[in-house]
Amino acid sequence: MELTINGRKREADVPSDMPVLWVLRDVLGMTGTKFGCGMALCGACTVQLDGQAIRSCVTPVSAAAGKAITTIEAIGNTAAGKKVQEAWIALDVPQCGYCQSGQIMSASALLAKNPHPTDSDIDAAMGGNICRCGTYRRIRAAIKHAAQGGRR
Amino acid sequence: MTTVSRREFVSVLTAAGGSLLLGYRVGEGQRVASVASAPGFAPNAFIRIAPDGSITLFMPQAEMGQGTHTSMSMLLAEELEVTPEQVRLEHAPPDDKLYANPLFGEQITGASSSIRMFYEPLRRAGATARAMLIAAAAASWNVDAASCRARKGVVTHTPTGRTLSYGALAAKAATVPVPDKIALKDPKDFTLIGTPAKRPDTPSKVNGTAQYGIDVRLPGMLIATVAASPVLGGKVAGLDDEKAKAVPGVRQIVQLDDAVAVVADHMWAAKQGSAALEIRWEDGPNAKVSTADVVEGLAKASETAGVTARKDGDPPSAFAGAAKKVEAVYESPFLAHATMEPMNCTVHVRRDGCEVWTGSQVLSRARAAAAKVTGLPLEKVVVHNHFLGGGFGRRLEVDYVTQAVRIAKQVDAPVKVVWTREEDVQHDVYRPYYYDRFAAGLDAHGKPVAWSHRIVGPSIMARFLPPGFKDGIDIDAVDGAVQLLYDIPAIQIEYVRHEEPVLNTGFWRGVGVTHNNFVVESFIDELAAVSKQDPVAFRRALLRKSPRALTVLELAAKEAGWGKPVPRGRGRGVALLFSSWGTYLAQVAEVEVTGSSDVRVRRIVCAVDCGQVVNPDIVKAQIESGVVYGIS
Repeated sequence: MELTINGRKREADVPSDMPVLWVLRDVLGMTGTKFGCGMALCGACTVQLDGQAIRSCVTPVSAAAGKAITTIEAIGNTAAGKKVQEAWIALDVPQCGYCQSGQIMSASALLAKNPHPTDSDIDAAMGGNICRCGTYRRIRAAIKHAAQGGRR
Repeated sequence: MTTVSRREFVSVLTAAGGSLLLGYRVGEGQRVASVASAPGFAPNAFIRIAPDGSITLFMPQAEMGQGTHTSMSMLLAEELEVTPEQVRLEHAPPDDKLYANPLFGEQITGASSSIRMFYEPLRRAGATARAMLIAAAAASWNVDAASCRARKGVVTHTPTGRTLSYGALAAKAATVPVPDKIALKDPKDFTLIGTPAKRPDTPSKVNGTAQYGIDVRLPGMLIATVAASPVLGGKVAGLDDEKAKAVPGVRQIVQLDDAVAVVADHMWAAKQGSAALEIRWEDGPNAKVSTADVVEGLAKASETAGVTARKDGDPPSAFAGAAKKVEAVYESPFLAHATMEPMNCTVHVRRDGCEVWTGSQVLSRARAAAAKVTGLPLEKVVVHNHFLGGGFGRRLEVDYVTQAVRIAKQVDAPVKVVWTREEDVQHDVYRPYYYDRFAAGLDAHGKPVAWSHRIVGPSIMARFLPPGFKDGIDIDAVDGAVQLLYDIPAIQIEYVRHEEPVLNTGFWRGVGVTHNNFVVESFIDELAAVSKQDPVAFRRALLRKSPRALTVLELAAKEAGWGKPVPRGRGRGVALLFSSWGTYLAQVAEVEVTGSSDVRVRRIVCAVDCGQVVNPDIVKAQIESGVVYGIS
């Protein structure tokens, strides 16, 4: 199966029902995208499919054929992704960091569509991304920081 | 019945950790074979300076989000006189002699002890290296060491302005004798300690390159997932694995006595294979035990007298003389850790050795576990630590390491064993169910004159760290209860050890501290309500002998606007925390209830006195984290 990942064509000999998560992690060796639950309940596996944040753990690879997959490894090449990563560093958002790939993919998708999200926009976009370290407050602040172009 | 006074109790705590004081002396004074084998300067187990000038700091404690790599590298860098940008951090290898946490005498990251225990040892390690580099420079120039100073990885001869970099000095410094006496910097000269230095791990955690145990990739590595007996103590009684073997990508089925693993090319095949297994379980003695049975056992045990963990005054006569007696029972449920990174461990067992890649809070125990399962001598087992995708005490256990090695013994390749989330929650090492029985005697003005607290639950210490279970008392299970700061003339605190071996139980972001704090503060609130007194005023009146506690209480109340009107449907609550871990903390929550069941925490104000702050931003992050963990 031919996939477009981070702007590059990749060939993967996998069953069509295999979730994108495992194609990325176990077949292509791209481990930045994380396994958390396998049921779209925690958001750790979030990637973007044509700019939409999706849960890769329940998205069969067949659904990604012909579309552009963007992962944490390349989200910094997008304008929104770069701003989000910089804001995350400026505010030292991550603690254990395991959920943060997913958080950043969701936040980047939000800001790409909605450059100035309100608190409820943020809640709606980020509500499916769990963080056990409880960095939610900083995530919200960092999204606003990114939206304001890095001004605090 | 054994009686331990409060003072004695504190000394028991110290004694439990006392043996380790030896441990921390070791790391700083000895040149380390493994580290020193590389060319360059390795004055102790924490620092290596290569001739090319690269500086590596070895982090003895696991980084699981709590910021140890940031703060501990700051302690070393402060005294070594290097900037955080000049150093590279590495996970220390398992070695209790070099990297023991002084609190435990073992390489354990837990009990909020990293900064408390390593504050001075790491500074000494940094200062020792600095002194040796200065001595090397002074010898090179044939000048007095006192006329040289170190700054940002460079030694300068102040009178002449001559300089030598640490890299240039490494070879010579390696020949300088380790000094006996070391002068630590005066805290007023700190340039790093006390500053909100940036976390060195953030960049890798925002671009996907941070390496957790689950991210390990090795040539020829297979992936396995496990179905362990859903009942603790259960066994595999029968297995039909034909359908699992037929799943494309499945390579091998490994049967253990209490679990079945499906080994495959990737996790998708392993998961599908595992779902296709037909396992007949023999559930064993716990087959029919329910939570209600556990609670019944605890409740029954709570009727018996326990071991006295603290006794002040004459509780029976104080109760007899009280105007009013208030009683309460609190039950604290089993809790799962649910770390974001599910349990996983990668193992390669070969005839002559075993290599393990994982994330662990107890690296030397992980190594010992692998040695035990394989029968190999310790030195044939290599363990690599990684960032932990959450620890919270779950990764203080090595059950998942032991299981992975048992599986890997039967696999002729490196194998990464990854638990599904379902497996992770079902086989957590839960926070124990506790049953706390309280009584208080109030005088005619509603002031407490007698206090009785009986803590009923299992002893984690008896299993995890036997010296911590002494004379019938689990020092952790009663912590937070025996440290009661309220000035009450008669106090009786008892511990009843009651084991219900139905689930594995262990540490969960502190146990004694968090569980006891919750029940003690809840009961204090009940007493304030019975006495019709304001909860802050009620506490204030009992804290006259605890100025630090009083200060955080007043600060939190003030900042939260305690006593000022709140919108309809909202209310405020207060709690105080103190334990043998040494931090004083007060919190005021503003909570809103709308409709019948929608409860929202609108605001939390937290005042913290944790003593010397190494990195204020890390302290803030930890408090934010604890608040969210506590209410989620």
